[in-house]
Amino acid sequence: MSFLTRSFLTRSLLASAVGLVVSLNAQAATELTVYTAVESDDLQKYAERFQQAHPDIDIKWVRDSTGVITARLLAEKDNPQADVVWGLAATSLLVLEKEGMLSRYAPKGVEALDSKFVDPAYRDGQDPSWVGMDAWVASLCYNTVEGERLGVPRPTSWEDLTRPEFKGHVIMPNPSSSGTGYLDVASWLQLWGDEGGWEYMDRLHDNIARYTHSGSAPCNLAGSGEAVVGVSFAFRGARLKAQGAPVDLVFPEEGLGWDMEAAAIMKGTDKREAAQTLMDWAVSKPANELYNEGYAVVAYPGVAKPIEHYPANITEMMIEADFAKAANQRDAVLAEWQRRYDGKSDSQ
Amino acid sequence: MMARALPLSGRLSGESGLRLLMLLLALALLVIGLLLPLATMLIKSVQDRSGDFVGLANFARYVQTPALVGSIINSVSIALISTLTVVSLAFLCAYGITRTCMPGKRVFRMLSILPLLAPSLLPAISLVYLFGNQGWFKDVLLGESIYGPIGIVMGMTFWIFPHALMIMMTALSNSDARLYEAADALGTPKWRSFLTITLPGARYGIISCAFVAFTLAITDFGVPKIIGGQFSVLATDVYRQVVGQQNFQMGAVVSVILLLPALLSFAVDRWIQRRQVAQLSARAVPWQPTPSPLRDWVFALLCYGVAAAILAVIGTAIYASLVQFWPYNLSLTLDHYAFKALAGGGWDAWLNSLTLAFWVTLIGTLVIFFNAWLTEKSQGYRPLRQGLHFMAMMPMAVPGMVLGLSYIFYFNQADNPLNWIYGTFAILVLNTLVHFYTVCHLTSVTALKQLDPEFEAVGASLKVPFWKTFCRITLPVSLPSVLDISAYLFMNAMTTVSAVVFLYNSDTRLASIAVMHLDEAGHFASAAAMAVLIFFTCLGVKLLHAVVSHLLLTRAQRWRQAT
Repeated sequence: MSFLTRSFLTRSLLASAVGLVVSLNAQAATELTVYTAVESDDLQKYAERFQQAHPDIDIKWVRDSTGVITARLLAEKDNPQADVVWGLAATSLLVLEKEGMLSRYAPKGVEALDSKFVDPAYRDGQDPSWVGMDAWVASLCYNTVEGERLGVPRPTSWEDLTRPEFKGHVIMPNPSSSGTGYLDVASWLQLWGDEGGWEYMDRLHDNIARYTHSGSAPCNLAGSGEAVVGVSFAFRGARLKAQGAPVDLVFPEEGLGWDMEAAAIMKGTDKREAAQTLMDWAVSKPANELYNEGYAVVAYPGVAKPIEHYPANITEMMIEADFAKAANQRDAVLAEWQRRYDGKSDSQ
Repeated sequence: MMARALPLSGRLSGESGLRLLMLLLALALLVIGLLLPLATMLIKSVQDRSGDFVGLANFARYVQTPALVGSIINSVSIALISTLTVVSLAFLCAYGITRTCMPGKRVFRMLSILPLLAPSLLPAISLVYLFGNQGWFKDVLLGESIYGPIGIVMGMTFWIFPHALMIMMTALSNSDARLYEAADALGTPKWRSFLTITLPGARYGIISCAFVAFTLAITDFGVPKIIGGQFSVLATDVYRQVVGQQNFQMGAVVSVILLLPALLSFAVDRWIQRRQVAQLSARAVPWQPTPSPLRDWVFALLCYGVAAAILAVIGTAIYASLVQFWPYNLSLTLDHYAFKALAGGGWDAWLNSLTLAFWVTLIGTLVIFFNAWLTEKSQGYRPLRQGLHFMAMMPMAVPGMVLGLSYIFYFNQADNPLNWIYGTFAILVLNTLVHFYTVCHLTSVTALKQLDPEFEAVGASLKVPFWKTFCRITLPVSLPSVLDISAYLFMNAMTTVSAVVFLYNSDTRLASIAVMHLDEAGHFASAAAMAVLIFFTCLGVKLLHAVVSHLLLTRAQRWRQAT
C-alpha cells in the first residue's frame, strides 16, 4: 500500500508541477473556455487550425453531447463558465438566447454568409446572437447486408418506412430524449402539416422496433446490424461508412429536416476580445473550408465542395426549416408525441 | 486526590469536545457535499421555469402525464425482480464462501468482484454481442428482445451482484461458534440451526442488502439507457427531462419521487437497528465450517456457475475491443486501444481517472470509516449521530445525474465561498466521495455493529482516550472492511459517469466519460477498449488489495483464525 501511495503521490505531485510550469509558460496566451458538441475526433483539428491563425489564444474545450452541453450551460446560467459556444445546435442556442444568455456580436465578414445561417435578427438590423457554421442533415442509415438477409429493400422515401416489409426493422431516436429525434418530428410536421404529420407518425410507429435515447444511436445500431434502418443524421452515417460499416446513406426524397451547428458569445465573458476574435475566425472562409471536411453544406456560399456519400443536390432537398417555430412548439409537440406513443411503447 | 482528579476530568471533557468537533465536521461534509446542493436542485420541483414558486403544480402535471406515471410501475417492478435475483444469488454465494468448505473460495471471491471493475457500459456492450440481433445466444431469449426489461434485469443483476455480495459476506462472516456448538450438543437439526441462528444473525445484513440492491436498481441510469430500449424507468425519465428537454423542474419532480425508496430504507434500517444485537461479543469464538462433501460441492457448482456468467460477459467485452468491425469484419486488431476517435486524448483521460480514484480512495476511506465509527460507537449527541447516519444513507438514492447537476447549481453560485472548487479536481473528488458514500458507510456500520460495545466501554473505564481505542482496537479489527471500502471507492471512481459528466472540464476529462462518448459516436470497439482498460486498471488495484489484505490478515488479524 505504501509503495502504491507513494508512487501515486509522486505522480500527482509531478503532474501538478508540470501543470504549473505549463500554465506559467502559457501565461502570455489568453485562455478561452469553449463549450462544444463537435465530434471528439474533430476537436483537435478545429483547435489546431484556429491556433495557426491566432497563436495568442488557447482554447480550453469542454465537449459533450448536445443535450448534456445544453443542460450544463443552462444550469450554469447564473455564473457562466463558458466564454464561447462553438459548434452547438442552433435550436439549443435559441433556448439560450431566450434565457438571455447570449451576447450579440456581428463577426467581421458575417455579411458574406448565407442569410439562413445567421440569426434572423441580423436581417432586422440588429447584431446577430449566433452565427451558423454548417448544416446537419437528417438521413437514413441502411444496412445493406442485413437488408438483403432479411428481405428489407433499400428505402428511398420517408413513406417507404411505413410499408409492411419494414415492420420491426426501423429504429429512431426518441424526440423527448434527443434533439435529432425532435428534428425529425418537427420536419415531418412542417412537410405535411399537423394532421398529415401525425398521421404519418402513427403509421411509422407501428414499424418502429424501438426508440433510442441518443440521436446517433440509430445509425450506430444500423452499422452493427442490430437494426436494418436507423433514422439519424448524415454525418454519423458517413463516419460509420469510413469505419467499414456496411451502411448506405439514404436521403428521403420528400425532403430533409436539418439543424445547424452554430457559434455564439456567452453574456458575461471577461474575455470579450478573444471571444470576438474566435467568432471572426468562425465565420471566415478558412473555417468554413474546415467545416466542409465533414459537412456537405456550410454557411459560407461557394465554399462547399461535394463530399463523399452526400448527393450533389443536397441543398435543394433540405426543407425550409423554421427554427423559431420548432422551438416554440417543442413542449406541445413532445407532450402530444408522448401521449400517442410513449404509453403504448411499454406494453410492446 | 483533588490534584489527580482535576486533570482527568479536564481531559475527559476535552475528549468529549473533540468528539463533538469531529461530529460537526462530519456533518458539515455531508451538509455541504449533499444536502445543500440537493436542496438547490430539488427546490426546482416547486418552481416554474423562471424560478417562481408554483406549489405542487409540477407534481400535478406529473401525475397527469400517463407516460411518466407508467415509469413508476416499470421502475418498481424491474427493481423488485432485480433485487430478488441479486439478493438470493448473493446470499447463496456468500453462504458458500463463509459457511462451507467449498473448494476455490478465494478464486470465486476474486471473480465475483469483477463486475465492479468495469463501467456499466461494459455489460451493456457485452449483452448486445451475446443476445442482440447479431448475438451468439440470441435464440436463448425465445424471440424476446434483449432491449427491454430482460436486458435491464440482466445488466442490473450483473453489476449489483458484487455490491450485494460484499454486504452479505460481512453479515455472514462473523458468527459465534458457541451458538452452533450449543445447538449441536442439544441435537438440533442443521436446518433448524440455520433458521434460528444463521438467518436471524444475518437478517440485518440481508435486509440492508435488499435495500441497497433495490435502491441501486431503481436509481441506475446506465443500464436502462443503453439496453432498456424504450422501456422507460424513472432514471431515464430524469435523463429525458434534463438532458433531452432541459426541463430541470420536471427532472427535479422525478428525482423527488426517486428519493422515496431511500427514505423508506432509512426508516426500515432504524427499525431493525433497534432489534440488532451485537453478535461478535468480546467472548465470541469464530466459527469454522467443517467439510461436508455434498453441501460443499453444491455451493461450489452454484458459485462457479455465477463466476462463469461473469467471465462470459467480461470476455465478450475484451473480444469486442479487439475485433476490427463487429459483426462484419472479425479480424483482430489492437488499433482500438489508440483511441483515435479521441484524438489521442484517451490515455490522458485514463491518467485523470487514476488521479481522481487515488484521491477519492485515500480521503474517502478515512473519512467515511471514521464517520461511521462516530455514528455507531460514540456516546452522546444522539440527534447529531442520527442526522449523520441519515445523511449517509441518502447518496445512494440520489441519481448521479441529479447529484451532478445540483453541484452546478450550488457550487457555481458566484457568492458561494466554495465557488473556487468549481471546475477543479476537488469538486470531482468531493462529488464522487459523496456519491458512493452509502455502501461504504453501510459496510463500516455492519462491521462495527459486530464489535461488542464492551471494547469501547472497557476502554473508557480504563480511561483510555477514544482515539486510542479507535486506533488500537476498532481500526485494526475492522481492517478487512476498511480495505474493502478503499477498493470499492477506487473502482467506483474509475467507472463513474452520471454525476461527473456535468462537472469535468477540459483538464479533468475522465476515462469513464470517454467510454460513453466513444459509444455515442458509434465507436463500439473503442468504447469497449476503454472499458477494458478501466477494467484491467481496477483489476490490478484489486490484486494489490488482495495481497495487502492477505498480509494483514496473516499478521494483524491472526485472532480471527482459530488457534
